[in-house]
Amino acid sequence: MPAYWLEAFVLISGIVLLLLEAFIPSRHKTLIAIGSIGALVFALVLLFLVKAPDPANTEMARFYAWDASAKFFKGFTLIAGILTIILGLDYRKTLSKFTANPDSEDGTGEYYCLILFATAGMMWMASAKDLVSLFVSLELSTITFYILVAYMRRNVGSLEAGVKFLILGALSTGFLVYGISWLYGASGSTELSAIGDSITEANSTYLLFGLALILISLAFKVGAVPLHLWIPDVYQGSPTPTTSFLSIASKASGFAISLRVLEPFLNSPVTHDKTVAILSILAGATILVGNLAAIPQTNFKRLLAYSSIANAGFILLAVAAWDKGSDLTSAQVVGFYLAIYLIMTFAAFFILSTIHRNTGSEEISAFEGLGTRNPFLALMTTIVMAALAGVPLTAGFYGKFFAFEAAVQANLWVPISIGFIGVAAGFYYYFQIIRAMYWRKSLDESPIKVRPLSFYALITLTSLLIIFGFFPQPILWLLQAA
Amino acid sequence: MSIIFVLIPILAAIAILCGCKARLTALIASGLTLILGLGSVFCWKAEVWSVTLQVLSKPSIHLAMGFYDGMSLIMVLLSVLVLFTAVFAGKAPEGREKLYYSSILLIGAGGLGAFLSTDLFFFYAFHELALVPTFLMIGMLGTGERKEAAWKITIYLALGSIILLAGLIWLVSASGSDTWLFKDLLASNIDPKAQTGIAALLIVGFGVLISLFPFHSWAAPAYAAAPAPVAMLHAGVLKKFGLFGLIRLYPMVSSGMQDWLGWLIVLLLCNILWVGFVTINQKRLDMMLGNSSVMHMGYIFLAFAALVQAGGAEENPIAIPAAVVLMFAHGISIALLFLLTDVVRQKTGTVELAELGGLAKSAPRLAFLFGLAGMASIGLPGLANFSGEVLVFLSGFENYKGESLGCVQVATILALWGVVISAVYMLRAYRQTFQGPAVSVTESAKDLKLSDQIPAIILAAALLVVGLYPNSLLSHLKKPPCCSECDQSTEQAEQ
Repeated sequence: MPAYWLEAFVLISGIVLLLLEAFIPSRHKTLIAIGSIGALVFALVLLFLVKAPDPANTEMARFYAWDASAKFFKGFTLIAGILTIILGLDYRKTLSKFTANPDSEDGTGEYYCLILFATAGMMWMASAKDLVSLFVSLELSTITFYILVAYMRRNVGSLEAGVKFLILGALSTGFLVYGISWLYGASGSTELSAIGDSITEANSTYLLFGLALILISLAFKVGAVPLHLWIPDVYQGSPTPTTSFLSIASKASGFAISLRVLEPFLNSPVTHDKTVAILSILAGATILVGNLAAIPQTNFKRLLAYSSIANAGFILLAVAAWDKGSDLTSAQVVGFYLAIYLIMTFAAFFILSTIHRNTGSEEISAFEGLGTRNPFLALMTTIVMAALAGVPLTAGFYGKFFAFEAAVQANLWVPISIGFIGVAAGFYYYFQIIRAMYWRKSLDESPIKVRPLSFYALITLTSLLIIFGFFPQPILWLLQAA
Repeated sequence: MSIIFVLIPILAAIAILCGCKARLTALIASGLTLILGLGSVFCWKAEVWSVTLQVLSKPSIHLAMGFYDGMSLIMVLLSVLVLFTAVFAGKAPEGREKLYYSSILLIGAGGLGAFLSTDLFFFYAFHELALVPTFLMIGMLGTGERKEAAWKITIYLALGSIILLAGLIWLVSASGSDTWLFKDLLASNIDPKAQTGIAALLIVGFGVLISLFPFHSWAAPAYAAAPAPVAMLHAGVLKKFGLFGLIRLYPMVSSGMQDWLGWLIVLLLCNILWVGFVTINQKRLDMMLGNSSVMHMGYIFLAFAALVQAGGAEENPIAIPAAVVLMFAHGISIALLFLLTDVVRQKTGTVELAELGGLAKSAPRLAFLFGLAGMASIGLPGLANFSGEVLVFLSGFENYKGESLGCVQVATILALWGVVISAVYMLRAYRQTFQGPAVSVTESAKDLKLSDQIPAIILAAALLVVGLYPNSLLSHLKKPPCCSECDQSTEQAEQ
């Protein structure tokens, strides 16, 4: 079975479930979620069985890449989709409160189907090696995200987030299309490998201009400076599962296509230096803005938003150090970083949604006294925050370690020094959560309950953080499994 | 299997968090490591007890542990002594026992893991294990300016660590070594140009962790605010991590370090003299001790500077033994002092020097032990620190041929005044606390109970043993790093 059936399968499952949804009574809407999880798990299994598209089938083979990176990012998106739906299951009370009738779950069914559509779009992005397929797949996921962000239509915050996301998203799409047209005009092809072959001194200026325009739109997708401004507001206003999906899967697929678009430019000796310079500036600025702006935050969700900007900066640092490292390629470092980022960030969002359900607040002050209100949850939160800050012996360290390793070997000392500031600032704002949990006492001493589904997901994710902290090799196996 | 040293405290910490009796479990675990540590003094062999497990293939990182050489052994011995006494002396507040004892154990495991690692990556990683529990303990259960102190130590150490990490990555990539194992790294050569940059990053990175001037301002407030076991472990054990690392990695960057020798000497003199004067002016016993521990790092740096100037361990054979003995002695004495200061705080309710006085009348045993530790700390002959300090000063003049004085010799002469400075502050503090007429808070103070005495006596005994017979440590340093290879080479020579 050729690989592109995977996307088709996920998409068709989404449509079928959407059709079924209309006939399912409101108290059984969770069946749609279970069906969606089933479809994604099935796709995850198929991922290991499918084959590359037949080279004779030129229409597909030209558009669709099937390599280690594509496979990794497809699996990544599927796992992120599954975890998002699990998170959504525990979140459905809030979801229904702000959609149709607060007492029924009428409005929640479509939510799970939309996640399937976005997943299909992002899986396709992982394989896009032609600017046209890149654009189409990117739009499929972005348009779905417009709906997912504004899903709680009776909630002003969600609507506001939706409008902000829509306007900036449309702007970035404009940049993308304009950039694509420049690349096509200067090289005569939309195929990225052909564009790479066509780079000469003569046309490099036009190509780099086109690349710069595309980079602006990709910066929007991954949440890098200068298009990071939407992130805090949109993350804060969206339903929490959407936020997690946006900050993990969407960011990862943004990096997947960034690597594909940048690869020809970084490999060509004509454009290499200039591209690295642009990326170093982006990386340095993103690390600085993300980390410093996170310091004064008092809302945990907003803090995670800035943290996701900061992490995008460290990943960009690894991209800027393109393949100068002797050990891992930049693409592998990015994959490694994102895999760990997925574990840490999903754990953080599970914690956030648990706290929100119990206290009704997403402020950092809601964590106060958690050390006595639920010691086990507090312990897991401590591990997750330590991992996010990059404390060694948790998996979180390896992401920063590899990013720094690549950058040191590529001699990018300016962004590295900015990285020092970023890491130190990171310790401050992540440890604020630990401080709130243990140093402070809460007025409300009632215990905090974790729902079973969230509990098992959290246990799994935090144990993975510890296990990979000592033994990270499995992630590398996944990255190398071509 | 030297990994047991690390596994015992970590497993015990997990067991405590899962509901085992906190104090009992912690005591058993730290007691076991102490027995193992003392046992290994008699039967350790480099490479024999080691374990090497590859955890990542690219870059090649191993979870490798073992006694790399005598220096590792001595630092492990220091760690287990301080860990056991810290657990023993710890008094958890009601309802916080689990967090309290598991944090102490994790800090201890971090120190042990770092000293036992024979892979640079885990050497670095284990040290940071202590970061989160330290932050928790100081911020949650500390005294005085605990919040500020906790933030300060965390951010300073995080910044120092990340700078150090960049230096280590550069070191490994410049060495061309395939793995992060010490034995592969130390066998490689680094381009002298790169060495200069690497050495700078290492000095700053390790320097922050050791509280080298001007990166020292986190140390004294943190130790003053920390609960006693944390102050004991951090000042006694973890701070030695940086010096240990500098000495361990020195052969790889010997020419790079030479470029920074001048700076190093200026900074270490600031540590001894500047911080020394600051110490004299302290009004609180705990702040005085915290500052004095910063000051004493200067002496160990002096031995390191002598090593750098000579150009290697062969050229200056007593520099490394001097540093190691002083590291051990300082670790034990400062741990004992922090332990006893905490007792003073509990018995009298204050550590302000102006509010204390005459405590020796009501608590003679406490006064004796504190006096012993204080004398050790200022280098009274017969106690461990004296052996260390004498060796340090000797190492400064090791290669001196009677010509004009070199910079290390000048530094040694200036550093000698540090001994006077420490005598001033320690004796003044002792007089203020224990002598003179008793005041209201000290009149009714009770003397040490047996349970308080045991840890103090263990540490005091260690000071005496090493002081009277420094060879107990020095003999281990003479053992060649790898016995098996040396046996082979001597056999070949005989043939």
